[in-house]
Amino acid sequence: MKVPLSWMKEYVPVELPAEEIARRLTMAGVEVTGIERTHTWNGIIVGHVRSVRPHPNADRLRLVTVDRGSAGEIEVVCGAPNVAEGQRIAFAGVGADVIDGHTGKASKLKAGKIRGVESPGMVLSEKELGMSGDHEGIVVLDPAAPVGRPLSEVLGETVLDLELSPNRPDCLGVLGVAREVGALVGLGATEPALGYRESGPDAHSLARVTIEAADLCPRYTATVIRGVKVGPSPNWLQDRLRALGERPVNNVVDATNYVMFELGQPLHAFDFDLVAGRHVIVRRARSGEKLATLDGVERTLTDEMLVIADPERAIGLAGVMGGANSEITERTVNVLLESANFHAVNNRKTARGLGLASEATVRFEKGLRAGLAEVGLRRCVGMILEVAGGDAARGVIDEWPGRGNEVNEIFLTQQRVQAVLGVEWPAAQVVNTLRSLGFEPVPALAAAGGQGAAMGDRSASWSVRVPYWRPDITIPEDLCEELARVIGYDQIPQTVVSGRVPRWEPQAGLNLREKVRDALVAAGIQEMISYTATSERNEERVRLSEKTPGHVKLANPLSADWAVMRRTLRENALRTFSDNARTWRGPVAMFEIGKVFLDHGEGLPEEREMVVGVLGGLRSETHWAGEQTRLDFFDAKGAVEAVLEALRVEGAFSPGADSTLAAGRVAAVTSPRAGGLRVGIVGEVDPQVMTAFGIDAGPVAMFELDLEALGKAVDASRSSASPYKPFGRFPASPRDLALLLDDGVPAGEVLRMIERNRLVASASVFDVYRGKGVATGRKSLAVRVVYQAADRTLTSEEVDAAEKSILNALSSQLGAELRK
Amino acid sequence: MTEPLPTTDLKQLSEDALSALQVLDTSDPGAVEKWRVEFLGRNGRLTTVLRGLGALPAEQRREAGAAANSLKEQLEQRLEEKRTQTLAAQAARAESLDISLPGRRMRRGRLHPSTQIIREICSAFNEMGFQTVEGPEVEWERYNFDLLNIPRDHPARDKWDTIWIEQPESRRPPDGQRILLRTHTSPMQGRVMERQQPPVRVIVPGKCYRFEATDATHEWQFHQVEGLVVDEGVTFADLKGTLYEFARRIFGANRRVRFRCDFFPFVEPGVDMSIDCFGCDGKGCRICKNSGWIEIMGAGMVHPKVLAAVGYDTARYTGFAFGMGPERIAMLRYGIEDIRHFFSNDLRFLSQF
Repeated sequence: MKVPLSWMKEYVPVELPAEEIARRLTMAGVEVTGIERTHTWNGIIVGHVRSVRPHPNADRLRLVTVDRGSAGEIEVVCGAPNVAEGQRIAFAGVGADVIDGHTGKASKLKAGKIRGVESPGMVLSEKELGMSGDHEGIVVLDPAAPVGRPLSEVLGETVLDLELSPNRPDCLGVLGVAREVGALVGLGATEPALGYRESGPDAHSLARVTIEAADLCPRYTATVIRGVKVGPSPNWLQDRLRALGERPVNNVVDATNYVMFELGQPLHAFDFDLVAGRHVIVRRARSGEKLATLDGVERTLTDEMLVIADPERAIGLAGVMGGANSEITERTVNVLLESANFHAVNNRKTARGLGLASEATVRFEKGLRAGLAEVGLRRCVGMILEVAGGDAARGVIDEWPGRGNEVNEIFLTQQRVQAVLGVEWPAAQVVNTLRSLGFEPVPALAAAGGQGAAMGDRSASWSVRVPYWRPDITIPEDLCEELARVIGYDQIPQTVVSGRVPRWEPQAGLNLREKVRDALVAAGIQEMISYTATSERNEERVRLSEKTPGHVKLANPLSADWAVMRRTLRENALRTFSDNARTWRGPVAMFEIGKVFLDHGEGLPEEREMVVGVLGGLRSETHWAGEQTRLDFFDAKGAVEAVLEALRVEGAFSPGADSTLAAGRVAAVTSPRAGGLRVGIVGEVDPQVMTAFGIDAGPVAMFELDLEALGKAVDASRSSASPYKPFGRFPASPRDLALLLDDGVPAGEVLRMIERNRLVASASVFDVYRGKGVATGRKSLAVRVVYQAADRTLTSEEVDAAEKSILNALSSQLGAELRK
Repeated sequence: MTEPLPTTDLKQLSEDALSALQVLDTSDPGAVEKWRVEFLGRNGRLTTVLRGLGALPAEQRREAGAAANSLKEQLEQRLEEKRTQTLAAQAARAESLDISLPGRRMRRGRLHPSTQIIREICSAFNEMGFQTVEGPEVEWERYNFDLLNIPRDHPARDKWDTIWIEQPESRRPPDGQRILLRTHTSPMQGRVMERQQPPVRVIVPGKCYRFEATDATHEWQFHQVEGLVVDEGVTFADLKGTLYEFARRIFGANRRVRFRCDFFPFVEPGVDMSIDCFGCDGKGCRICKNSGWIEIMGAGMVHPKVLAAVGYDTARYTGFAFGMGPERIAMLRYGIEDIRHFFSNDLRFLSQF
């Protein structure tokens, strides 16, 4: 909403700078997002044409003597056909900033000779003033414009640009904003006069109104003005509409628009002689009924739309746009003026359904008060009489089936104000503040309001009457906001919330997730967050199992790339890997923790939190001391181990299979303590999948963990044992074993078997060797075994015996032999 | 006959010993021993001088004796110094480090900047007794709008351009409820209040979505952190004080805070909270678009209709709610010019935080 200050000041004589007005409005919730100064001319003043005489050397040019007020008279050359003696015009002296009428470029006016005659100035056209492209003639100002004053005082305008919240349609009228300003600066606003001369017969004798759809039209007021003279509006009216970006049409239509922009009540004028039977019917459209609206488009209506009709046909789309068949034209003599109240949601649906945004709908859809309709009607009749003449009918037709449906009175206690705002304002301040906004608080006896009586206190209470222009005030809390925003949010004290702290509820999942995040970061992996939507086609690239539940599909996706919710984090991880591999020189090691969305066919989809990591590239950016190796399976496995360790979960890795990952290079991660529950997977990405993502250098290692399963594994581990064990105070005896084994025997098996011996504290692999000296199909595994007992120092005989028993077991069960 | 004065001898001896020490290779034990024998040994020159003292008068003898002893100490000390120097030089030759070479880094990843800010926000509120809770991103219209006093077909909904979920007619519940991507974290207000009675004090981080074309300042996916407090006696003054306390913790103890009236259908009165610009301390700069203030969050007293919708007694309970965007806070704090960086996962961006 644009609010020209000159117009607003008609109702409230505020003298504050525009910036200050804007600040106060914004603080009070009527946000001003910009201040436009429509015209700030430099060096251009109001001139008075004293005389016009022919140019001695050119037929089309004339010499014009311009009175510049205190600066005296001056003679300049002028080529405009419409220049005439006595006019007030826009005059630019030498040095003024003007737009060149031919090139359209801004320039400083220079003195010059035109056809041999000196011209130290210029009478300007709209184009030269930068107001429009019109260069046909000079701008003729209001005859009362003060000669010699800067032009900006006459034509200039400061306009506040408001970004209104949908609860304040009253501020979609200049008067509404003026009322706000009046309350905020303590001046009050002057309401426009609503009286006019009723020189015609009774309105009811001229026309009839029937509301058939009372649910969609709570109130319809109308009257008739006979004998109007349709023509252009006076300049002041045209200027005001233009300042709002509206195109003037004719005086009757302009008057309805003017009142809409003033009060916020949309109106419509019909050519009364085109209303059949002089009978207006407000009814639902018939399905398929056609109506050509004022914009010349024929619209097909549905039976959910409300129309204004006469007994024969629809003549307007209620509260959206009038019909072409009853339009005000130059031939119009009698006008039927409508000011009604329409159902907000229905109005909005109709306008949206037809793709017809109108200033009327912008207001009706926000829900106007029915009381505003009659005020708008009376104001507009007066305006039409002023600008188009005619005789107004006596009285107005007022059909009001919705009377009594609105909240008009609110019971407010001082105690409620305090309970909501936390501040005790004196009763007088409450009353005065409400009055400044047009509310009428009437002291209420405690007995009169049940609520007040129940409270049984002596705090003041009021029955507050809500002004007809405020649809947004229906409960005491609304009044609390009114008080707070006018008195000032800064006048309310600040107290940190105290009182009862709610009972703490465990948030296991959330804590677990954050621990995993921290563990992965500590393991050197960068966190990423991607879009949760993708396309089915993009997702296909990771070759999810066919058993994966269906997609959650977006009904109105922003793009085809974001058409469904993801069912995996893998795709984003690989896409991100591919992108970064091109631009990042160091290792690419990233993880994401986020939701995947699985549609099980009813209700809301399952949202499962997953962890995915992807690692590849050189282990480090070229380092002076480093050998260059690439991240691989064991880095991803190390990351998983780091997570398990941080969670104190024992994990087992066993050969696995996964359609995204390369066969033979995949491990399933399970939790033995949780009954072998699968918590995730780790592996190297299948070369075909890599190709699908445009990744050319491998390996790319990946891991995936299911947070819910991890949580179960944590629970299972927690119930089993404390992490603490008394540590051995007796010396440990490390011994190394070199074992020859079949290539297919997993090292993990060997270690597990060794650790089964009760004297073994730990066992670890420190070398794996295949090749010379080892038979084909066999490998050599070097294992360090640490023997230790909690209660004594082991003798070498004991260790020997243990080692022997271990070797026996390894030999019999895994076919291992000691390498000589 | 004139005996040379022992002091003269001592001086000569000192000069000779020091010059010999200068060229002595102290890493060669033989050479050191030789030097010691020559000057300080039992038959060395110093002993010779001391022996010659017997011929002197008592007073001179005492004087010269003291001088000779002091010289002995001095020479021994110089030998030790020379030894240390040599060792240091040797060590330097053998093991010196070019400490300007880059260190061998313990590689460490970083948290995504959104995660970092969300954690900061949540922990500030956790310390004030707020518990962190989370909710679904795919949500019923009822929680996202209806329970929040944002009725269907009301222009108030225009503020939340919505991405809807495809929902075949067969899957619509009898009440016609639609499914959407939540447009804010506020649906958790209803979900939390439905399952518990006051006191309520929660903080809700999470992803949200809007049907919005993306550009440098708009994203269709973003995070939000929502807060809700409901109990007896909770007032607007509590809202102000609590959010002020939060702002001090996150933006610095000296920040000024401004509360102005704003509209959200699920609060009344409604609030917009700004802090004075940390780029210019409120003088006006590019960050705050010359206003001196930066909008940080929307807030307000929970609308009685919202409380009533979950069955709370509106005469007894009041509350406040607030919501803010971590990406916006990160952008302001770090001067990030384009919101699209957040989910593009470019390491050149992520590795900086």
